[in-house]
Amino acid sequence: MSTNDNSHYYIPESSWYPVWAAFGVGTMMYGLANWLNQLKAGEDGGTHILFYAGFTVLAAVLVAWYGKVIAENHEGLANAQLKKSYVWGMSWFIFSEVMFFAAFFGALFYTRNFVMVWLGGEGGKGITGDYLWPAFQAVWPIVENPDPSVFPNPGESMAAPPLSQWGSYLPFWNTAILLSSSVTVHMAHTAIKNGARGALKAWLGITVLLGIVFLFLQVEEYMHAYSEMGLTLGTGIYGSTFFLLTGFHGFHVTLGTFILAVQLVRAFKGHFSHDDQFGFEAASWYWHFVDVVWVFLFFFVYIY
Amino acid sequence: MSDVAHDASEFAPPAELEEMELYHPKTWIGKYVWSQDAKTIAIQYAITAIAIGLVALVLSLLMRLQLGFPNTFSLIDPSNYLQFVTMHGMIMVIYLLTALFLGGFGNYLIPLMVGARDMVFPYLNMISYWVYLAAVLILVASFFVAGGPTGAGWTLYPPQSISPGTPGTDWGIILMLVSLALFIVGFTMGGLNYVVTVLQARTRGMSLMRMPLTVWGIFIATILALLAFPALFVSAIMMLLDLLLGTSFFMPAMVSLGDQTAYDGGSPILFQHLFWFFGHPEVYIVALPAFGIVSDILSTHARKAIFGYRMMVWAIVAIGGLSFIVWAHHMYVSGMNPLFGFFFATTTLIIAVPTAIKVYNWVLTLWQGNIRMNVPMMFAIGFVFTFINGGLTGLFLGNVTVDLPLSDTYFVIAHFHMVMGVSPILVVYAAIYHWYPKITGRMLNDTLGKIHFWMTLLGTYSIYYPMHYLGLEGLPRRYFAYGDTAFISESSQDLNAAITIAAFVVAFAQLFFLYNLVRSLRKGEPAGDNPWEATTLEWQTEHTPPQHGNFSKELPVVYRWAYDYGLPGAKDDFIPQNVPPSNVVYETDK
Repeated sequence: MSTNDNSHYYIPESSWYPVWAAFGVGTMMYGLANWLNQLKAGEDGGTHILFYAGFTVLAAVLVAWYGKVIAENHEGLANAQLKKSYVWGMSWFIFSEVMFFAAFFGALFYTRNFVMVWLGGEGGKGITGDYLWPAFQAVWPIVENPDPSVFPNPGESMAAPPLSQWGSYLPFWNTAILLSSSVTVHMAHTAIKNGARGALKAWLGITVLLGIVFLFLQVEEYMHAYSEMGLTLGTGIYGSTFFLLTGFHGFHVTLGTFILAVQLVRAFKGHFSHDDQFGFEAASWYWHFVDVVWVFLFFFVYIY
Repeated sequence: MSDVAHDASEFAPPAELEEMELYHPKTWIGKYVWSQDAKTIAIQYAITAIAIGLVALVLSLLMRLQLGFPNTFSLIDPSNYLQFVTMHGMIMVIYLLTALFLGGFGNYLIPLMVGARDMVFPYLNMISYWVYLAAVLILVASFFVAGGPTGAGWTLYPPQSISPGTPGTDWGIILMLVSLALFIVGFTMGGLNYVVTVLQARTRGMSLMRMPLTVWGIFIATILALLAFPALFVSAIMMLLDLLLGTSFFMPAMVSLGDQTAYDGGSPILFQHLFWFFGHPEVYIVALPAFGIVSDILSTHARKAIFGYRMMVWAIVAIGGLSFIVWAHHMYVSGMNPLFGFFFATTTLIIAVPTAIKVYNWVLTLWQGNIRMNVPMMFAIGFVFTFINGGLTGLFLGNVTVDLPLSDTYFVIAHFHMVMGVSPILVVYAAIYHWYPKITGRMLNDTLGKIHFWMTLLGTYSIYYPMHYLGLEGLPRRYFAYGDTAFISESSQDLNAAITIAAFVVAFAQLFFLYNLVRSLRKGEPAGDNPWEATTLEWQTEHTPPQHGNFSKELPVVYRWAYDYGLPGAKDDFIPQNVPPSNVVYETDK
């Protein structure tokens, strides 16, 4: 086929989806601002209807939109160039996401290696810390806050116990779960390439299940932290960074699990072939990315 | 000449489908409002950005009135002044310049210049614009809520931004952060589109090293944006947590209005690091497209190939890379370790190398060119001058010891307005005068354009040159009024009044421009397809303005780089990129 033959080209027909999606996002974000403002004023009795309405519109549009993309692909309307564009688009998106987490990790390192040291009375700006809180010991994780009357001390930290006790250490099991889910999603990918539909459904199903178990354990961990350990978002910078980093990671796992679940439904509907499966592949890339972030989290937030 | 650079065989033709009427918008509203055509979206971006930019211009005039004639007008009170400073800065940097260069010029020029029918993801492009519009509306909404917009300065430094006493700590700061988050979301979608279009949708023969520098500039700037905006997003999230959920990431122990606040131990400097990790690349997100556009305009109107094309490309890439390791030069006075200051001063001065390469190459492009002194060319040359001016003061401020006394004075304002305000805006005008004929099919009026140029250029120099002097005298920035102080000479007030008058002259000059834009839409001289006799693909379309799908049945094939002006021996003064070597006529008589 001659590549010069561009006489038949495809320009998608007009669509309302983007406008509705933008309307949904805009409404949702304005509703969020409204909500936050009520939160700030301490009157959390509002209905937040704008936020939920916007979210509903957005969700509905996305379902319809993705359905349409899939349908167009099945009709053979997506050409090789578009398919390659999806690959590049997803790659750059993940690159942008990497920078998102890099900023969080940067904040964690700055807090640990600079701010905490100064508060403890060491280093260039140590003199203020020494003057204000002479008793404060700069040890990470911080379980004794400089001024417990402002930020109550957390009862204990999430720091890893000695190796021998890892059997009862929840984050260790979460690491194992997430790492094995990376393997299973890879197995599912291999299964698609080999045309093994049964194996695809099985491996993908296991992956989704592992994602859900991870989230369940994470919620368990949070509840345990809040109710028994006394570690909350408001117990000083250790708790703040802990919940910020693991929370945003958890949010990404939630998204990833949802995306993989959609791929699972598609697998049951007979989608994906050995040479056309980027919807699945993009989901699996995202999942691997979330996994890698967790490995860093496990090391820097829990162990180190 | 097998000069087709990338492997065209990878691009299979689309499925067996006639070009159907179905795919072209049928209604007026489908064509101009709910459009997915990159060209229409570009115009929507541009109009929205310029509209909100005019709001920011008016805010600056109100501030100038206060500064120039402090006891004469009682239009604004001190809190208003801070709010206007904040909104002026934020709107100009993010909502005008970033959106206009990438969303406006990027959308219009990338597909046309690389020979594509549209962006690779037209719907994503469309949603990107509408989300941007929502972000603008939420930002504008902050003028109408209780307490008004935030008055924290465009850098939003905590603790000021969320401490009681600062204007707009109720609604304003929340709306600002939410609007920024929304802008970033919208921009990320658009940005992915621009990057992938450049990587994926180039026509046959358009290798990376044949792309016009405009596309290079926008391409690298978009990559910077994709990598830098997440840091702003993260700092917005953390600030919201500090404000609402009582964490203390950024808030130190402090006493506010006599009471100890409910914070301690946080680090405002951490915010500054995060903010400037975004903020410095942001400078180049605005500057790189300007560099690219100005290179193309200079080359076209000087009828000469751009000097050192490869160096120009690598300079853009180098500036993009370096821009990520200079951010703390905005923080010399924050009390950070002097060794850091040394490091960041060094990297900052290193950035002058690729930048100087670009300036030399622009000048050498002009040298012995057959210069056509029309309006876009005047603006482009004005940019080179202004950029050198602003860049030189950048060398002052990049050195720690020189920066310390100048920090937070009008010298800094003069510097960044020269280099990041006036320079890019001159390029915006150059680009509008240059591409307006392609966008509308009509020329802009030359006389009005020249009046606009000279008033704008001389006016802005009258505004910002005296500010250097005020800064050296020690006049601090962001002050509502100066009152009687020993170190500020009385004549500085006269200078301030003169600056205000110059600002009004510049603002008045923009009316010529706006009138020209509207008038030429109907009454302008018909432009034809290629009024500037330019080589790049957007001038080679069959229709002007280009129709939906940009090119007619066949996409152009590219045989040469974008700068074949005055090729030795060739009969024509310029050879468009899609002219095959066999069609070039040489003067064989000699």
